Amino acid sequence: MSEQLICKNVTLGYEGSAVAEDLDFTISEGDYLCILGENGSGKSTLIKALLGLMPVMSGEILRDSVTAADGIGYLPQQTVVQRDFPASVREIVRSGCIKKCGLRPFYSKEEKALADTNMARLGISALAGRCYRELSGGQQQRVLLARALCATGRILLLDEPVTGLDPKAQAELYEIIGTLNKSGVTIIMVSHDIGAVRFASHILHIGNGKQLFYGTKDEYLSSRLGRSFIITEGGEAEDEPEAPAKTAAPEEKPMSSAAKAAIAAGAGAFVIGASASIHHYVKRGERNA
Amino acid sequence: MLDKLMYYFSFPFVRYALIVGLLIALCSSLLGVSLVLKRFSFIGDGLSHVAFGAMSAATVTSVGLKSAASGNNAVARWITELIDKTNSMVIILPVTLIAAILLLKTGQNTKIKGDAAIAMISVSSLAIGYMLVNVFSASANVAGDVCSTLFGSTSILTLTSEEVWISAILAVVVIGIFLIFYNKIFAVTFDENFARASGVKANAYNLLIAVITALIIVLAMNLVGSLLISALIIFPALSAMRVFKSFRAVIICSALISVICAAAGLIASILFSTPVGSTIVVADMAVFFVFCLISKVLRRA
Repeated sequence: MSEQLICKNVTLGYEGSAVAEDLDFTISEGDYLCILGENGSGKSTLIKALLGLMPVMSGEILRDSVTAADGIGYLPQQTVVQRDFPASVREIVRSGCIKKCGLRPFYSKEEKALADTNMARLGISALAGRCYRELSGGQQQRVLLARALCATGRILLLDEPVTGLDPKAQAELYEIIGTLNKSGVTIIMVSHDIGAVRFASHILHIGNGKQLFYGTKDEYLSSRLGRSFIITEGGEAEDEPEAPAKTAAPEEKPMSSAAKAAIAAGAGAFVIGASASIHHYVKRGERNA
Repeated sequence: MLDKLMYYFSFPFVRYALIVGLLIALCSSLLGVSLVLKRFSFIGDGLSHVAFGAMSAATVTSVGLKSAASGNNAVARWITELIDKTNSMVIILPVTLIAAILLLKTGQNTKIKGDAAIAMISVSSLAIGYMLVNVFSASANVAGDVCSTLFGSTSILTLTSEEVWISAILAVVVIGIFLIFYNKIFAVTFDENFARASGVKANAYNLLIAVITALIIVLAMNLVGSLLISALIIFPALSAMRVFKSFRAVIICSALISVICAAAGLIASILFSTPVGSTIVVADMAVFFVFCLISKVLRRA
């Protein structure tokens, strides 16, 4: 296991004011690092720094020679532009080879073959001629994953990959990412979703501009921070998808068992939600005091 | 009807007009797809107003210089000759380029600010341009001059062979750049963040797109006038996007639509003696509605 990326006491920020301080972690080959943090905790700044798009204020980010040369395969969040973009899946996946192209105006045979391989790897070969805007959210994310793999098959950085997907598609995408990781691709996933933790090997939790936790998943789960995060986020995660769960229900044929499961899930969600709100209330009380 | 066309095409200026018109239509449609998808359509509109302001300034300065150099000595004659030879493009092109760069820089920060900046710049340059022409112009028919700059009524038929050459060279340059950077332009248009992360200089390509847009607008002013240029840029792209589903098909289709509409518009304007610019735009519009219908039918099927 060789280190691919090392952050040494890194401070990040804009124009002299720090957004995130004292980030200190190592990413080795085959790792599955999950970066957790609330909105505004400096996650997106960290992403930019890891991709090499912004300089660090102090400390340093070390990359091994291959990572420095090939860069990191990046799965950005969807933009408004992409929702109605007329492009075929093949065109998009091939655009992942843009760096390998350099100044050459067109893609070489090897690059086209690489795009085909990666489409097959993610099970979207049949969609190659389809239009991106007509795909489901889960399929779109798979297309963008294949594109990221075209850039490099060694290390991927995924920015909130499951946002906006229904629970079923979320589970599928996590499964795919897990499989990629098992085949040797290093994964860095930025998320505020609890489901991300399940597959991870390491956790980095940032908040209030600081590194709150870095270590293996097991250490995280037994830490106080980890437990409280899982309780609060778990409550919200169960509460939120109630509406999509209803729409998804007709897909399941045996209605009675589905109904039972729904009732059970509802009860579970209520209990967890209640405990979460109590937890919030207690937390607020502590802060006020 | 055919006789009438043959008669008109026996004049060289009509043939020039057709060649330049088709080249400009081709260039504008190529870039149009990228501009529409990047939500830059309004930059095209803003720039065309800036070009109008610049053109007014150019007209006024040339008139001013000519009257300043009145006299019968050699220097005065030389200056007058020089002004007549150098195209007003010498002033319009750099001003529009600078405006393109400025608009792009402000437009990137936040969306609302960018919109406001474009509106501000375009309205100001319209106002200043009209004021300059009105106050300083020596021409007897100011309203006619302004109208032809805005709507491009007659100017395409008065092109000299030099102007045709300039337009042709610029068009070839634009098409060449587009083909060479086709894949990069696609990557930057589809996903700027990913392109940037893969080491593509996205800002440089945005700048390239803005600069080419400025070039096309300056070229297209002669064809359709500054108010109607945006139509030439966005209509073919929007029509093609209705029906086709891959980027390459959209580009090819929008180029075809644009060239066919420009040809049809030019010929119709000769036959029915309608204004060139508006006829082309009306043709583009008609095609857009046809494509809307086609996409509806296709979706039903």
